[in-house]
Formats: sequence, C-alpha cells, structure tokens
Amino acid sequence: MAPLLEIKGLKTHFATDDGMVQAVDGVDITLQKGETLCVVGESGCGKTVTAMSILKLIAMPPGRIVAGQIMFEGRDLVPLTSRELDDVRAKDIGFIFQEPMTSLNPVLTVGEQIAESLRRHEGLSHKHALARTVEMLKLVQIPNAAARVHDYPHQFSGGMRQRVMIAMALACKPKLVIADEPTTALDVTIQAQILDLLQDMKDRFGMAVMLITHAMGVVAETAQRVVVMYAGKVVEEADVESLFDSPRHPYTQGLIRSIPRIDLDAAHKTRLEAIGGSVPILINPAPGCRFAPRCRFAFGRCAEQEPVLREVAPGHRMACHLGDTQGGTP
Amino acid sequence: MRQYILRRLLIAVPSLLGISLVLFTVLALAPGDPFAELVTNPNVPPEVAAALRTKFGLDDPVYVRYLRWLAAMAQGDWGFSFVSRMNVDTLILQRLPTTLYVIGSAQILALLIAIPVGVFAATRPYSIFDQIANTLAFIGFSLPTFFTGLLFILVFSITLDWLPFVYTTDIKATGFRWVIEQVRQAIMPVMVLGLFQAASMTRFVRSAMLDVIRLDYVTTARAKGLGQARVIVKHAMRNAMIPVVTLVALQMPAVFGGAIVTEQIFRIPGIGSLLISSILSNDTPVVMAVTFVFACLVVLFNLIADVLYGWLDPRISFR
Repeated sequence: MAPLLEIKGLKTHFATDDGMVQAVDGVDITLQKGETLCVVGESGCGKTVTAMSILKLIAMPPGRIVAGQIMFEGRDLVPLTSRELDDVRAKDIGFIFQEPMTSLNPVLTVGEQIAESLRRHEGLSHKHALARTVEMLKLVQIPNAAARVHDYPHQFSGGMRQRVMIAMALACKPKLVIADEPTTALDVTIQAQILDLLQDMKDRFGMAVMLITHAMGVVAETAQRVVVMYAGKVVEEADVESLFDSPRHPYTQGLIRSIPRIDLDAAHKTRLEAIGGSVPILINPAPGCRFAPRCRFAFGRCAEQEPVLREVAPGHRMACHLGDTQGGTP
Repeated sequence: MRQYILRRLLIAVPSLLGISLVLFTVLALAPGDPFAELVTNPNVPPEVAAALRTKFGLDDPVYVRYLRWLAAMAQGDWGFSFVSRMNVDTLILQRLPTTLYVIGSAQILALLIAIPVGVFAATRPYSIFDQIANTLAFIGFSLPTFFTGLLFILVFSITLDWLPFVYTTDIKATGFRWVIEQVRQAIMPVMVLGLFQAASMTRFVRSAMLDVIRLDYVTTARAKGLGQARVIVKHAMRNAMIPVVTLVALQMPAVFGGAIVTEQIFRIPGIGSLLISSILSNDTPVVMAVTFVFACLVVLFNLIADVLYGWLDPRISFR
C-alpha cells in the first residue's frame, strides 16, 4: 500500500545574517493511512519546521525548501505554488498549532473561523457552514455549542480554545492532521483531555495523525510509530514498543532515561538523568555525527563520518555508528 | 453602548467648560481688543469709544465677562463679530463647509493611498516596492505643507497653468461647469494636505501590518487555504486597522490645525483662515468661538476613536 505521506530528503534552510541555518537537513518520514506518528526531539531540532514545510507555512523568505520531496497521496507538494497548495490546506491536511491563546484570530468569532474553511473547501452556504460548525463544536465537546459559536476567542479558556483549534483542523475531514505540540501550552489535566479528544476524533474520522512533541509521556500514550529527530536530522525511527523497550541511538536512550519514573520505589530512585550540553548551532555544522559532542559513546569515526539511517531490526532504523559492523568498532 | 456614549458626552461637559475658561482667560490677558483702533482714530471722540466699551461690557472684570459669555453660549448666542458685522455662528457656518470639504477629501485621499500602499509594502518587506514607498513617505512627511503648497502653485498654476491657485466660493458658472471648477480649485490643497497625511499614515499602516502579519493566527488562516488576499484582508488587516483607526481619529484635530496653513496658502475661505484674520484684527468673539469649535472637535474625535476601537476589537467592552 502506498503511504499517505512520504517525506524524502527534505532540506529546509533559513537565511540569516550569520549564514544559512540548516534547520531541517535531509529528513525522511513516512506516514501510512490512519497511522499515528510522533515526531520527538528537543526544541530547535527541526520538528516544527519539518511539519510547517509540508504545507509551506514557514516564512519564505527567509525560509526555503532547498531539496527533497513531500509526496502526499502520490503527488509531490514541494513544487506547488502557495495558491495550488491552498486546495490541500485544511481540505486534505489539517493543522493544529501549539499556542491556542495566539492561534485564533481575536476579532473574528470562533464560528466564523471554522466556517470559513468549510465555505472555501466544501462550497457550503453561510447557513450550512454554520450548522456544520456547531456540529463540529459539539463533537469536540464544547458545551452549549449552538450559542458559543458566536463567541470570540477571548471568551474561551486555553483548553476550550485548543478544542476549537481541533474542530477547525478537522472541519473538512482531512486525511492527515498535523498537530504541532498541541498540549505544550496547556496544564496537565487539560493535556490528557486534549489527547483523549484527538484519539476520539481519530477513531471517528480515521485520519492519520502526525503529532509533534517533546514530551516522551505523550509519545508513549499516543504513538504507533515514533521518529526521533536531532539537529535537523532523523536519528531513529521505530514502532513505539521497540523504541521504549530497546532504544538504539544514544540520544533516544538519553531521552528515555530523562523521563521521571514513578514505578520505582524510593530505594531504587536515582537522580534523573539529563543529556549534557545543548543543541548545536545549525550554521555550517561540523562534519560527522551532529550528536557526537554530547554523546558518551562517541569515538573517532563519529567526528569524521556522518552516520546514515540503517535498519537494525524490522521496521527499526537508526543513524549511529555504534554496532555498525561495516566500519571500525569502538 | 448608548449609555456609554451618553456618559462620555456628559463627562465632556466639564472638560469643555474648563477649556473655555482657559481660552477666555488667555484671550482676555492678550494685548489688544476690538476697539483698540477706535482709540487711536482721531475721528472718533474718546467719549464715544468709552461708551462703546461700556456698552459691550469690555471694562468689566474678566470673570463677569466670562459668565456673560457662558450664559449667552448656553442660549445659543455665539456673539457678534466686530469686523464682519454679523453673528459669529452664521460666520462659522458659512466657513465650515469649505473646510470640511477640503479636509474631508484630503483625509479620504490619504486613506486611499496609505492603506493599500502600507498593506502591500508590509506583505513584501524590504522589497523594491517597500523601499520606494518608504523613501517617498519619508520625503512626504519631511516636507511641510507650506513648502509643498508653494511648490505646487509654482509648478501647476504658474508654470503649467493647469489649475487656479486662488480658491473662490463664488464661481461664475452653473451646473456641470460649477462642479468641474469646484473640483479643479480643490485639487491642489487636497493633494498637499492629503499627501502629507498619507506619508505618515503609510508608515503607520505598514508597521501595524508588520506587527500582525507574523502572528500565529495569520499562519492559522494560511493553513486553512483561504488564499493570500483573503488572509491579508480578512485576518491581518482587520487586526492591523484597529490602531490605525484610532490614530486617524485622534489626528483629526491636528489635521484641522494643519489645514490653517494650507488655507492661508491657497486663500481658501475656510474656518482656518477665518481664525487667522480674526486674530490679526483682534476680533475676540470670533477667535474665541473658532478655538472653542476646535476644542469641541478634539473631544468629539476622542469619543469617536474610543467607540470605533470598541467596535473593531471585541475584546474591549463598554462599561
């Protein structure tokens, strides 16, 4: 079966005064129909830029897709103009943003903001679009939807606004929903509710979900497959069980060890581990593995040769020289 | 909403009273009065001049004169112009339409230039178009209207002889010709005032748009595939126009002030030139009335700005 979305060798660079920032530098991500894929990594690793590149929502200039293909249902989205992409946006690919407080237009009613994409993509009349909007608001469990459809964003709480964002992204029943850290700005109880709601919606509409997050807890709870990104590259990709059971890449191992454990009793509790150092600056990055400076297993080859993604188990790929029999051993 | 406007108007009463008190005191302290010339005129006997002064109450203390003026104002009596020999309110009503016509057209011209240019420049920051627009705007608001006014007269009236440079209210033509003449003579003053306004407004619109265009909700709108024009007009402009509308409304009094200069240059018989000539001829009742009208306009446009603000921004409620 052909995948729904296939990103191949995507490179998105940003021109700055100091040089080209290689924010995304050769990313491959494949997403099947109806699948939930989590993209994890720390801030600045390029996960948001990857997602925004799909619909060309990055600011261009200074951003630019310099190489790669983004195949959606067999069609490459990269060469399309913004105008041609307008038919894909919201209709085929819905987007949920990180900040519900700032992602809604303060001077338009939430109803209008949902209804406008219904009118644009499904050619509905004002009346029908409004009816569908109310229906969507009910689906995302906004109480008293018929009245609240005429309210403005500032009259909603953060969690409710994120529900509105979900309703907006799902209004045209897209085949893929990209959620860019949808729960980061919310408090923990609301986070759980929003994740549940996303799961509900997925069961109802059967769309594929690409969930971008930096919280391993969210990954464990929602993902079927996981892509771990570091410094603009994919370092590991696996289904969620194998990733948590046997993480291969030192970075992934570090990420998993940094999750607080509540299942250990006090006697076994150890200091929470952190990965030392910080993400490299992506202007003219040094050759070799980008994680090498922070990696406790780094050896000679890591600084010279860039590791490529290779299959280490069925469906499990990673980019690290460790255990690579083709080269020298540490 | 109606209650809010009503309350604001009630609050305006004490501030207008205060303004009128200050204006009256300043004018009373100013040297010269309408009968100064009579005293020096050898044909007028001193006792006649003195009798006139007593008759008009000019020798009374300032507060008595102020109260008398206030009482008269309250009854709709604006006073009598010593120079024009007519009631001040008729005089102002005669002059006001011309001023409103010129200033109104200039403001409309300014908005018609500033909004599209500012918005377009903001969607393509640092492009060639943006650079040119910025440079022209900078030149535009650096040049004072008395300079551009004279330059326009020199070029379009004297050298090219396309347009008349003296504004007349009694055009000797009827029907369609009258309209044409009316428009022709207004072109230069409207251009001078309008372009000056447009220059500063363009920069303001551009920066207001730039503030908004990078915000998250504009990206949200783009993600809905609405198309660039719709995203800009419906999502970005609606928000960017909030500060612009406020600025335009609050600038209106200053525009009236600036129009005084333009009216002088083009000899427009408006309220601004009336003020200048009354000051020069010590016609105190007219000066008082015109400045008071300006004060009322300031208060009125402040109110309009606040109401518009609340109407444009649903986050603001009138209480």
